[in-house]
Amino acid sequence: MAHKKTNVFKDIEHLIRLAVVIVIAVVAFVVLRTAVIPRSFGQYGHYRGAAIAEATAHPVAFAGHDVCEACHSDVADQKKLGKHVVVACEACHGALARHADDPASVIPAKLDTTIVCARCHEANSAKPKGFRQVVAADHSGGIACDTCHLPHKPKIEVAKTEAGGKK
Amino acid sequence: MDLTRRRLLVLLPAAAVAWKYVLAGTPEASPNYKLSEHWWSMLIDIPKCIGCGSCVRACAQENEVPEGYFRTWIERYHVADWKIERPEVESPDGGKEGFPPNETSTGKNFFVPKLCNHCADSPCTQVCPVGATFVTPDGVVLVDKNYCLGCRYCVQACPYGCRFINPKTKTAEKCTLCYHRITKGLTTACCEVCPTGARQLADLKNPKDPIHEFLRTHTVQVLKPHMATGAKVFYNGMDGSVR
Repeated sequence: MAHKKTNVFKDIEHLIRLAVVIVIAVVAFVVLRTAVIPRSFGQYGHYRGAAIAEATAHPVAFAGHDVCEACHSDVADQKKLGKHVVVACEACHGALARHADDPASVIPAKLDTTIVCARCHEANSAKPKGFRQVVAADHSGGIACDTCHLPHKPKIEVAKTEAGGKK
Repeated sequence: MDLTRRRLLVLLPAAAVAWKYVLAGTPEASPNYKLSEHWWSMLIDIPKCIGCGSCVRACAQENEVPEGYFRTWIERYHVADWKIERPEVESPDGGKEGFPPNETSTGKNFFVPKLCNHCADSPCTQVCPVGATFVTPDGVVLVDKNYCLGCRYCVQACPYGCRFINPKTKTAEKCTLCYHRITKGLTTACCEVCPTGARQLADLKNPKDPIHEFLRTHTVQVLKPHMATGAKVFYNGMDGSVR
């Protein structure tokens, strides 16, 4: 028995070597893993928590009508008199956050009403029936819409006297 | 201190590690915005949509969506009489420049704006092998473009066809519900420019949001409810032919 026992411990050096190799491998794995995985991974779930903050960092292109109306309150008041009150400024005028940031040097382009108005008001059978639609070719024959209509208050009565238009 | 070759070799990896931590620093989030206080969704009122394409153009501009790809788009449906199962659907350039006049005005014609449904149980986030796409605590499905491998699993998994691979970055891209805007108190670019109010951003966790009253009093559907994705884009007045 005793003879056998010494035999068992005689070869323990092999086991120790194996254990050392395993410990080194585990430590290396843990170190590598912590180095490779981003710090915020798992903050909210199985993803990088910092990605949420990164998504909020994207610049804004459309300022929003509240920002427009802070300066252009006269236009806002005029719009309130007509049906276009529900249409936000940038729906027609385009993204103007840069103009809002620097009104002096970023000047919005003048709009071509033959294009801008037609986008909504050109007749199409898929449009809701109650929505005002015209076939531009028949309605105006290519004349710019703002010859007769005021885009901010499109109903014709006032425009007739101011711009002298017909129809 | 002389910069010997030995020192440089020691310093370079150290500098690289330090730089990685600098880059990993979280950008400043919007102040006063609490993730836990919101649960975002969108309401689309089909009878109000005029197919003008304002939303598509605004989305492209706000989010720098590459030409020919869409985070939101408009479809025009044509249903001939009883053929509800065989609607004719078209979306020329995503409806970006509106739609040409219909050849036929018979049958039923209407527009359906589409975008990511920001599903609560989204299939796309479940298939991502690396955790690059996820539902945020405030209910928006986002892609971490710095972590995405571009493996396209999510593109295939989305039942609504809302994802694509950005040809420049080669990573998955989709509607973020203008996350950079809604966290600042703005509405999304598409909702901002929609001239008829056919699209409205809604916060389901805000008890004062008119969405609750609307959902209670209208016939509202989500797309592909049988897929149980927990879609959060609600369609009012949607015809049964819509896929």
